[in-house]
Amino acid sequence: MAKKSYRQAINEALAQEMRRDPTVIVMGEDNAGGLGAPGEDDAWGGVLGVTKGLMPEFGRERVLDTPISESAFIGAAAGAAATGLRPVAELMFVDFMGVCFDQIFNQAGKFRYMFGGKAVTPLVVRTMYGAGFRAASQHSQCLYPIFTHVPGLKVVLPSSPYEAKGLLIQAIRDDDPVIFLEHKVLYDDEEEVPDEPYTIPFGEANLTREGEDVTIVAMGRMVKFANQVADGLETDGISCTVLDPRTTSPLDTDSILESVEETGRLVVVDEASPRCNMATDISALVAERAFGALKAPIRMVTPPHTPVPFAPELEDLYIPSPEKIGAAVREVMEHGA
Amino acid sequence: MLQLSRDDLVQAYIRMRTIREFEERVHTEFAGGAIPGFVHLYAGEEASAVGVCMNLEDKDYIASTHRGHGHCIAKGCDVEAMMKEIYGRRDGSCGGKGGSMHIADLSKGMMGANGIVGGGPPLVCGAALSAKTLKTGGVAVAFVGDGGSNQGTTLESYNLANVWNLPVVFVVEDNGYAESTASAWSVGGSQLKRAEAFGMPGREVDGHDFFAVYEAAKEAIDRARAGDGPSLLHVKLNRYYGHFEGDAMTYRADGEVEALRETVDSLAAFRTRVTETGLLEGRQLDDIDREVAASIGQAVTAAMSAKAPSEEDLLTDVYVSY
Ligand SMILES: Cc1ncc(C[n+]2csc(CCOP(=O)(O)OP(=O)(O)O)c2C)c(N)n1
Ligand SMILES: [Mg+2]
Repeated sequence: MAKKSYRQAINEALAQEMRRDPTVIVMGEDNAGGLGAPGEDDAWGGVLGVTKGLMPEFGRERVLDTPISESAFIGAAAGAAATGLRPVAELMFVDFMGVCFDQIFNQAGKFRYMFGGKAVTPLVVRTMYGAGFRAASQHSQCLYPIFTHVPGLKVVLPSSPYEAKGLLIQAIRDDDPVIFLEHKVLYDDEEEVPDEPYTIPFGEANLTREGEDVTIVAMGRMVKFANQVADGLETDGISCTVLDPRTTSPLDTDSILESVEETGRLVVVDEASPRCNMATDISALVAERAFGALKAPIRMVTPPHTPVPFAPELEDLYIPSPEKIGAAVREVMEHGA
Repeated sequence: MLQLSRDDLVQAYIRMRTIREFEERVHTEFAGGAIPGFVHLYAGEEASAVGVCMNLEDKDYIASTHRGHGHCIAKGCDVEAMMKEIYGRRDGSCGGKGGSMHIADLSKGMMGANGIVGGGPPLVCGAALSAKTLKTGGVAVAFVGDGGSNQGTTLESYNLANVWNLPVVFVVEDNGYAESTASAWSVGGSQLKRAEAFGMPGREVDGHDFFAVYEAAKEAIDRARAGDGPSLLHVKLNRYYGHFEGDAMTYRADGEVEALRETVDSLAAFRTRVTETGLLEGRQLDDIDREVAASIGQAVTAAMSAKAPSEEDLLTDVYVSY
């Protein structure tokens, strides 16, 4: 199997689905790039080059550049999804949902229910999220808890290249609106990714480490950190389970509860702002449904309740680090030995 | 040109040269790895920011874009504090919390660069509403790119400014591209017809010509100040660097930027105009060039040795009261 980057894995998923299904189209700002300009065609492939190469293969009718009009084109993608196409729309940074959220949560996310189960809206919004790029407060947020909050949306957080390809193909084939969140720091990460298309089902957590003492639930980039911590603590005799929920909606509550029943300790790692995020959601789930199994208070490892700062020194302090995750694990290990 | 004294001309040249020098230095420093994050340079567009802002006072407000350094300098922001901000330092304009894309100084009427395309126009309507309600006599100017002119927030602001009869000027800086996409493709209709459709006067202006921008902006700003409502300027200009630092600009024609620097450079045009008409002497301008270069050099040195913010700074400034 060939090693592929997160970026390549996503690109390959898009290309393979476009080959398989002529109703799959891609749209977004500079998704081919250079439109109307005198230089190279397909000059950009989106701001970080994820869609590069699609336009030459599939043409401008299926790879659409858009003006900077997110309300209009994200809404158009929703409308097209409800009327026969399978659009994959790129919202360059998730922060820009501020411009177009109505079309996502009042329109796409509610058609099915409001129309009494008659609408099918196979929309995928691919969007880049997360801190670590020195991109400051308006280009570094996570925001996935906000999408998770909205009934009708499915929310996907691929944590590695393998995950990204399988989950994106699943997202495109899924008949509901899906918000597919790509962590910007992961684009150059590489791992073995099969050449042929495959899907990873939604709502099935991935067990990336198996252990007995502590359950760490982590998503997106934080899965990598949690795995590192688990591997490091192994030598100290602390054995951790790491669960990557893969999708926050639907959420694989069973796997989380089962794991906590076994370990009795929970650390949830969430890069999103700490109030009303996935850490609070998963903690509440466990407190309500597995309280009896808990040997220690639940620990949540999150950033502080501040916007993402620009200065590298501050941003590094902001992001949940392997050190902070490790400290949280050690802390819960002080209970119920 | 009649309204501009020699002192004004010197001021205008200093600001334009400061922007150019600032951006050229940031370009070099970024390439050397000293500057983190996303940086969008304004080099090539100087005459627009300065031509507009020469008509403004501290009580007037502007809102900028992601390409904000030039607007900040033109509106009188402290250059050393800006440089420190770009380096993420504690005594930068925003304490190192904002960076290039969020430099602001409300005391100078600078409402911020903006990471959200189309973020500024509604804010400027608000600043104009304050000026009108509080009777400050102030006006507010929104700088918008050609790409930003397609954002719903911008078009809604055109309408709002008109129905509320606000003292606003929309300055659409059309540098031909939004990232890699040409404005020739992305803008439906035309900027001037859009203005007309929303009931505003609109003028197309050569954005390489400081004097043309100054005069067109003066007319629009005087009109706003007199309570006669908003207008729009379609300023045509060019950027010399990539969309952001690191952009290889493969979507541009070979030699495009070199040709622009040769033929329509706003600083060169200014120099020719004022020296040929005998308003200023070449020597004077040379002196300014040297002084500005020295002061930007000093700003970089100061920024490099300035302190980074520390852990306690992380949690401050989220709210006024807790
Ligand atoms: C709402 C939103 N959409 C997209 C972007 C990404 N983006 C940043 S600048 C830019 C192009 C802006 O072009 P234009 O308005 O012409 O300004 P210029 O860069 O040419 O100065 C884009 C697409 C953004 N920052 N905000
Ligand atoms: Mg532009």
